Amino acid sequence: MTQPILSARKVIKRFGGLTAVNAVDLEIKEHSIHSVIGPNGAGKTTFFNCLTGFYRPEQGDIAFDGTSIIGLTPDRIIRLGIARTYQNIRLFSNLTTLDNVLIGEHIHLHSGILGSVLRLPRTVKEESDALHESRRLLRYVGLRGKGDVIAKNLSYGDQRRLEIARALASKPKMLLLDEPTAGMNPRETEEARLFIRNLRDELGITILLIEHDMRVVMGISEAITVLDYGQKIAEGTPRDIQNNTRVIEAYLGKDAYKEDLTPEQALARPQ
Amino acid sequence: MRSHLNEVIRFGLILGIIALFISLIGMVEAFSKRDIISGVISLGLTILLLTFLFGAYLAVRRARSAQPLMRVAFGAITGLTASIVLAVFVLFAQVVDLRQIFVNVTPTLIALLTFGQSLPGGLFYLLAAGAVLGALGAIVYLLPKRVQHAFVIALLWVTMLGVLQDLIRVTFQSIGAISDLNKVLYEQNGLSVVGALIVFALVAIVDYVWNAQRAKLQARFNALPAGSQRIARTIGIIIAFALLLLLPQVLGIYIGEVLDQVGLFVLMGLGLNIVVGFAGLLDLGYVAFFAIGAYTVGVLTSPQQGGVLSFWEALPIGVVIAILFGFILGIPVLKIRGDYLAIITLGFGEIIRLLALSDFLKPFLGGSQGIPSIPKAQIGGFAFDDPVKLYYLLLVGCVLVAFVALRLKDSRLGRAWMAIREDEDVAQAMGIDMVWTKLMAFAIGAAFAGISGAIFASKLSAIYPHSFKLDISINVLALLIIGGMGSIPGVIVGALALVGLPELLREFEDYRLLIYGATLVLMMQLRPEGLLPEESRRRELHEQDEPPVAVREQTAAPVVTTN
Repeated sequence: MTQPILSARKVIKRFGGLTAVNAVDLEIKEHSIHSVIGPNGAGKTTFFNCLTGFYRPEQGDIAFDGTSIIGLTPDRIIRLGIARTYQNIRLFSNLTTLDNVLIGEHIHLHSGILGSVLRLPRTVKEESDALHESRRLLRYVGLRGKGDVIAKNLSYGDQRRLEIARALASKPKMLLLDEPTAGMNPRETEEARLFIRNLRDELGITILLIEHDMRVVMGISEAITVLDYGQKIAEGTPRDIQNNTRVIEAYLGKDAYKEDLTPEQALARPQ
Repeated sequence: MRSHLNEVIRFGLILGIIALFISLIGMVEAFSKRDIISGVISLGLTILLLTFLFGAYLAVRRARSAQPLMRVAFGAITGLTASIVLAVFVLFAQVVDLRQIFVNVTPTLIALLTFGQSLPGGLFYLLAAGAVLGALGAIVYLLPKRVQHAFVIALLWVTMLGVLQDLIRVTFQSIGAISDLNKVLYEQNGLSVVGALIVFALVAIVDYVWNAQRAKLQARFNALPAGSQRIARTIGIIIAFALLLLLPQVLGIYIGEVLDQVGLFVLMGLGLNIVVGFAGLLDLGYVAFFAIGAYTVGVLTSPQQGGVLSFWEALPIGVVIAILFGFILGIPVLKIRGDYLAIITLGFGEIIRLLALSDFLKPFLGGSQGIPSIPKAQIGGFAFDDPVKLYYLLLVGCVLVAFVALRLKDSRLGRAWMAIREDEDVAQAMGIDMVWTKLMAFAIGAAFAGISGAIFASKLSAIYPHSFKLDISINVLALLIIGGMGSIPGVIVGALALVGLPELLREFEDYRLLIYGATLVLMMQLRPEGLLPEESRRRELHEQDEPPVAVREQTAAPVVTTN
């Protein structure tokens, strides 16, 4: 349990003169829910992109489950068990809901061209199992009966659910959620919070979460890492973070503590 | 109100300029040699009139807030404005000798525009016709949906029966039992008035009834047990096949030739559909693989080039070499997207053609003289040496290739292609191997074009570099756009419309590219998804077959009354 499933050491990612991620260290325990917070532009999504192979960091090392993933392409990294969702939903928007999830299962399917053209028994079996699994996942995330809907016609909340179903279809060990409750109303946010916790409790998936809604972050995280200007400025339990003056400064400016807010109030302020 | 009127007049002016344009380039006159309704209305005039009707329809559609009667008036104003443009032109042509500049402004054209009347009266007819057609366009817009549909379809049918009269007459002639239909429907140069009315009424009624009953019939069909549904579908497919087999027997050599041409393009279209339609990789040099298939078969079979193989031995080699070149093109462009990919593939297409033309490869490929005396395909003693026999070869080829394309579309690889088309980065993050998946699209697309090229070589018996120009790539892409990107039935419809129709209408030849362009612009405006758009499969209906998991779990849980 104490062995970290993911450990990043001194990860640096630069864009020209800007250092978007600056020597970040991060360790994530297996089966934990770990949040990354920070003001806009702090480098949270860039860090996610380094973890999933979209970007290659200039320096540092990232090890997942004991293997280094630096330099691997995204299609290799998902095979190791890291799946993700996106800040601005990125579905295969002209395909059906079911097809989106089936594509999520891609790495677990093996049928080749000949098998598909001739409908060999093994391919038929594999496809029908895959379809079965996709329907099961759609039910799990609450999209029962919406399998034939074209993804772009789904409601906003359903699109978020579908993105998670697609990620789950790859049977990940760790799931990276990039602002899963953005744009949701309080009721939907509460549902999402419970859902994320269930993902960990029922499926045993480690969750790494970028989130702005402090009620979600403080409510479900076991550990929180705070980034600002690409650097890690704090790390700890929700309680530690809530009482950390550097964090409040980062969010509200240097003189924020003079406003006589409690740290909880400061963090609860809308971004 | 005023803004509506401005809009309508502006539309009328645009319409008038379009009508003037197709008159000035000689289309109206060239097409007036063929009558739609014999002695009453020619194809040239039909095109002009349909332009008016359609233009007024579009103009009225834009004036949303107006009352029905106002809309009819707007339609009439649109038509009138457009015909005023034409009338001014006719008057101008009386004063100035326009033929110095526009060779097509002949007395015949003027006579056509004034309905053969002398000037003042003729102009009146022209203006009146414009206003009436404009109003008619507005009325069509105001009709209930089903009536409107029936009217438009009936009008199209009458026009098509007139346009394709040669083809249809030959068909009726050769089937003894219905040869008398010719006498009823047709006179010397087009449909008879009675024939046109019969067709119009018949098609309109059938269309109306069909649309009114379709939902019910569909429901009844769906209510049938799965077994009967499958039998019904199988019977449908068998009938379609029987028709396809009989078609050239009935229609003869000329139509056989046209169908061969369509078949070659269907093969290419199915291939490019995988590259562009499924995987979203815009390939403008697709003709290269067609050329490679053709040249491989040419070199390997023509005795002039020292070829010793038969068509059947050379065909698979041609396909393999086309696939190989698919990889060779694919590898350098793996990281290139969108417009850049289009330009590079365009260059690749030209490189292959220029290589075939070059002195460097002349000893092998014959340079500009090409490769002569390519033998015909043979099975035993049976040679595919006339268009009708070749049709069957192409039919088998198309069915096989369409089958492969259909199966692939619905496979793991097909889904991977479509994922790349939708979002390349996310597709890769879902574990799809970019290199393999893209190369497979290029390779399979190349294979289909290679088959088409191989048959093309044996069909023509001689091939030259100039048969493999850019316009073939453009044609194949255009037929995909017309038919519907990613849709396999769309490829067939697109090929029939874009390759078959122009072959049947020889007088179209000079205006072929113009009509292509206009059709593409209209398609993009009015039906960007194509004539037969790609349909997503419906699969969740089967969910009823599965045990309702959630319900069972609920009933298993202890029941607690909640308030």
